[in-house]
Amino acid sequence: MTPALIQAGQAAEAASLTPLLVVGGYLGLLLILGFVSTRFFRGTSNDYFVATRSIGPFMLLMSVFGTTMTAFALVGSTGKSYEFGVGVYGLMASTSGIVHSLVFFLVGIKLWAIGKRHNYVTQIQYFRGRFQSNALGYVLFPILVALIIPYLLIGLIGAGAVAKAVTRGMFPDTFDGGAVPPWLTGLVVSGVVLFYVFLGGVRSAAWANTFQTCVFMVMGVVAFFLIANKLGGVQAASEQLLANAPEHAAREGMIGHWQFLSYAFIPLSVGMFPHLFQHWLTARSAKTFRLTTVAHPIFIMIVWAPCILIGVWAAGAGIEVPTANAILPKTVVTLVQQPVITGLLTAGILAAIMSSLDSQFVCLGTMFSNDVVLHLAGKDRFTDAQKLWLGRGFIVFVVAVTYVLSLLYPGNVFDLGVWSFSGFASLFPLVFAAVYWRRVTAAGALASVLVMAAVWIYFFWSGLEAEGEYLVFGLMPVTFIFLASIATLVVVSLLTRPPNAEVVDRFFAK
Amino acid sequence: MAGKLAWGFVLVLAVLHYDFWYWDDRTLVFGFVPIGLFYQAMISLLAGLAWFLVVRFAWPSKIEEWAAEG
Repeated sequence: MTPALIQAGQAAEAASLTPLLVVGGYLGLLLILGFVSTRFFRGTSNDYFVATRSIGPFMLLMSVFGTTMTAFALVGSTGKSYEFGVGVYGLMASTSGIVHSLVFFLVGIKLWAIGKRHNYVTQIQYFRGRFQSNALGYVLFPILVALIIPYLLIGLIGAGAVAKAVTRGMFPDTFDGGAVPPWLTGLVVSGVVLFYVFLGGVRSAAWANTFQTCVFMVMGVVAFFLIANKLGGVQAASEQLLANAPEHAAREGMIGHWQFLSYAFIPLSVGMFPHLFQHWLTARSAKTFRLTTVAHPIFIMIVWAPCILIGVWAAGAGIEVPTANAILPKTVVTLVQQPVITGLLTAGILAAIMSSLDSQFVCLGTMFSNDVVLHLAGKDRFTDAQKLWLGRGFIVFVVAVTYVLSLLYPGNVFDLGVWSFSGFASLFPLVFAAVYWRRVTAAGALASVLVMAAVWIYFFWSGLEAEGEYLVFGLMPVTFIFLASIATLVVVSLLTRPPNAEVVDRFFAK
Repeated sequence: MAGKLAWGFVLVLAVLHYDFWYWDDRTLVFGFVPIGLFYQAMISLLAGLAWFLVVRFAWPSKIEEWAAEG
């Protein structure tokens, strides 16, 4: 199909309600699954927060992968490759395949064992115990919450943008532009996620994630073949790419060498995601991690490789969008033009978004309950049933606050994503040292977190006015934040008194 | 020894991930996959194999018992 034909297609978008009905069907299935999963809920706070540490290998793989892959996996990857070409896969996906599994193996399994041994349900409980420092908990809590909020907004705002693109022209007399407005999409998505996590906590999130991960993996591959078919086949699509946008088929001029290398710091962020920590704690045994460690890089390839090709093909086909992140829904609506398929692909994108949102909502509710209220008031002051309802109450609070923030935030939310990941990645030295370095001290940990926050804020403000990818001497800013964090951790730890050996012994196997 | 070799495989993949030799190459593999993307996708597949070998030969065997002591 030529660019001229595509322009014609853009002018004749379908206004059929079918895609919306298909998405409604998907959300209905999710509600039913959420309700069914509550049949397995054991009614205790331990089951609500960590599923009584009973999740098996397949469900752990699907929930960890689904949680890690946000709206960025489908929408952002396609948008980035539309903008910067095929090099985006090496920049973000294959690096993650190596680094994520490295973190699961070296840090995830250790933290699972420590969490089980000491009955922890949050990261901050671990750091407070490991460093015998309340101050570290009070400093770390607001930083973790502040870093996870943009991550949540990526989901809600991304869902609104996708629904708006797909439903354009459906309701000409009801909504501006005839499209479902973002405030309504955000309300529905938040409501559906809240329904199942409110009832069943992290166990329901794991069930829903398993279903949602299947949906978005299958729909990503389906989108790839349908779009390739509409472009005259995979070979014709790639030949069109070489003819019209050859720069997208390589990295020269699109991605710098130092940018490529320094991006490898970003995937370390999974070591400090609070919601991933909580999923690790749900594992039945250490062996449960084996499938997740092995299959994760392969799953990344299955999701990312087709999306990268869709993005560069769209560039070659001359499809135009106001922002790069709109390219996947735009390509689907423009080229596929089959309402049922459009609905299924939209459901796939929403599945990728919601499989992260649910874990993050549960995680923040768990943190507010355990790290603030129970920590200050004392665990023994509440019955188990009260702890459970405390968790539920905070989840409702977190969902409501996130929804309101999503209505107020005006900017390109994907630009915030890399800053969120940079912050979590720069906290990785803290968790790695806590798990492997007996000599690390509370003062070193505290100084490292504070320096990380200060350097992060400096680069964030410096990068606000930047056009395109913000680089410092050709490197990702995370490089400098990470190095400042690790240098502070090591130097301050070596300059301060070693920690109590008896305390340290409790966290290290003989 | 097998465990060390498995970790060596992971390290080699991490180094080979920086494929500067394909930086400006637009060859299409199988007629449709740009070679830079094909190479990186193979890195992902081999990473799955590398982690299988690590999990098989370098597993922390005593961690289960230590966690269960509680």
